Amino acid sequence: MSLIVKDLHAGIEGTEIVRGLSLEVPKGEVHAIMGPNGSGKSTLSKVIAGHEDYVVTSGSVTLDGVNLLELAVDERARAGVFLAFQYPADVPGVSNANFIRAALQARMPKGEELDAVAYYKELYARMDQLGMDRKFTARSVNEGFSGGEKKRNEILQMMMLDPKYCVLDETDSGLDIDALKVVAEGVNSMRSPERGFLIITHYQRLLDYIQPDHVHVLAGGKIVRSGGKELALELEERGYDFLKEEHLTTA
Amino acid sequence: MSEAVQTLDADTKSAINIDREKGDFRYPEKHKFDAGTGLSAATIDYICDVKGDKDWVREFRHRALKVFEGKPMPTHWATKDLENIDFDKIRYYLSDGAKPKRTWDEVPDDVKETFERLGIPQQERAFLAGVEAQFDSEAAYSNVKEELSKEGVIFVNSNEGLNEYEDIFRPYFGKVIPTGDNKFSALNSAVFSGGSFIYVPKGVKVKHPLQAYFRINSENFGQFERTLIICDEGAELTYMEGCTAPKFETATLHSAVVELVALKGAKIQYITVQNWSSNVFNLVTKRGLAMEDAEVRWIDCNIGSRLTMKYPGVVMKGKGARGEVISIALANSGQHQDTGAKMIHAADNTTSNVVSKSISVGEGRSTYRGQVLIPKHLKGCRNNTECDALLINSSSRTDTYPAITVKGNQHATQHEASVSQVSEEMLFYMQQRGLSEAAAMSLAVNGFVNDLVREFPMEYSVELKRLIELEMEGSVG
Repeated sequence: MSLIVKDLHAGIEGTEIVRGLSLEVPKGEVHAIMGPNGSGKSTLSKVIAGHEDYVVTSGSVTLDGVNLLELAVDERARAGVFLAFQYPADVPGVSNANFIRAALQARMPKGEELDAVAYYKELYARMDQLGMDRKFTARSVNEGFSGGEKKRNEILQMMMLDPKYCVLDETDSGLDIDALKVVAEGVNSMRSPERGFLIITHYQRLLDYIQPDHVHVLAGGKIVRSGGKELALELEERGYDFLKEEHLTTA
Repeated sequence: MSEAVQTLDADTKSAINIDREKGDFRYPEKHKFDAGTGLSAATIDYICDVKGDKDWVREFRHRALKVFEGKPMPTHWATKDLENIDFDKIRYYLSDGAKPKRTWDEVPDDVKETFERLGIPQQERAFLAGVEAQFDSEAAYSNVKEELSKEGVIFVNSNEGLNEYEDIFRPYFGKVIPTGDNKFSALNSAVFSGGSFIYVPKGVKVKHPLQAYFRINSENFGQFERTLIICDEGAELTYMEGCTAPKFETATLHSAVVELVALKGAKIQYITVQNWSSNVFNLVTKRGLAMEDAEVRWIDCNIGSRLTMKYPGVVMKGKGARGEVISIALANSGQHQDTGAKMIHAADNTTSNVVSKSISVGEGRSTYRGQVLIPKHLKGCRNNTECDALLINSSSRTDTYPAITVKGNQHATQHEASVSQVSEEMLFYMQQRGLSEAAAMSLAVNGFVNDLVREFPMEYSVELKRLIELEMEGSVG
């Protein structure tokens, strides 16, 4: 049971950004993808989620054997893919509580109603865990939220929707150290043998708090190095430049 | 709070889910009185005879018919679609001749079933102080809770109002909206039937809303209800109207006149949720008169119909009077919602507020038309106008015509308008959470109007959200 990306080629508006990327995230593992700006990190997350602007020219993405590329965005989500956005969109006029509720309702069999009391109980417990004030239930989704509030809100949704695979796209960007810890604790609490994580990040910092099982380095649209968590530390020390040089010299 | 809301959602859902499908049924016509097809002086006399109108009412109608005949269609500014109304093919009066019943048990079975299917008796039990249910030309049921009658509240149909309470209603009848105001107010003045005449005595604050429900059951029929609400000094009232008709093959006309009078310090809130089927011409004139420190609020939701033209107005005639129009319009393919507001400031320190939101879906067209008038000799008047339009598809259309005339320099006005679309990034975000494209769109639209929906009573806001969801189905993909 894995999220498997095989020899993926994808891009936007005729420009290929991901060029032959392969990756397997089995359930129960946390994989980190690191890489410099423009290496294709965000493209990978958008392709997995199914953003229509990104075109897959070849390769495959499967989730527990299901071909994700044949599914619509919402079908992929309901199949168990969750993307924590780098820049979550505002949804004006729709309260956080109603939004998450609607997302859960969308997962119920037709004709069945979500148990409202149980839902709020769960929602409040998760918000407490993330240190979110109760007033966030009534506020419009992401509207007027600070960067940190938005990221916490992404983790809240992730907890509530209980996905099989979580893709976190630069969740650490724009977070101060306290918020970073809260977010990391949230993610750590969700680690389980039944769930896989793909954590996309530019900096090693987040990985101080979320210990990855594997670290991959993305450059030029494909994975150029894989290793254990010590690879992240090496990158932190030496920067991405050495990779480019190394990559260039071996190429 | 949210938990309570959610529970009520579930409870009220089954009781009041008046959706398009639910309204799309009818019973065989059986009319004792039928004025036939077309309009002439003889039609007027027929209506007067059936209703037992007093002579002055008969004269009022005949004069109005002449005014109607003399006025051209307002197609110099309004849509040419008006020219498709064939006044000779419309039936102007249909009734079974029975007086409105005070209990549902007395109402004929088919009519009773109609309103039961629309959820009216249930609503009455749940949260209303009184109900009038009109079936074609006349009310089939009319009842007001006893404690209100004891306080002197009068809640009757137009016929009863003019015949039995002439001294109360005649002084204001046709005064807020004169016969010649426009072609359709003249038409209504000629053939009006049904509607609500309400009087709330001095200082009486009616806690629960009164409701009228207007149902068209017959094809080629014109419904012309006439409503006059008078709140005496310091009195308060919330009135709600709902409207539906089944889907007919041919066009149907609904042309009401609604006059509100709020005397010194009185407050009237008039709430409309219309859900007409897509071949109804809905051409309605609504205006309120607000005297000193009085307040008139129109809360208006227009869903359905082929063409709606409706610009609720407030004439602020007394110092410190307030007028407000809050409106939501949703135009789907084949529909044109031409709505707006008129705010006439006629005294010092008067305040008006207009907030309008429209949604155009498919090839639907929504138009905002506003008029605000503040003359030079006044001081301290304020107006705020906001109109926001949301376009769902690339073929959707919206137009805004705000006319704000402010003379003199002792006033404050502000005007904001926006046109927006549901962004792709927002849709992607919502879909990534598992919502289908239609569900995401529907939620986005509900979010767009959410601040206005909150102005409706809970029972209506739930229904409104459902109606919007239904309208959004099939709008994407």
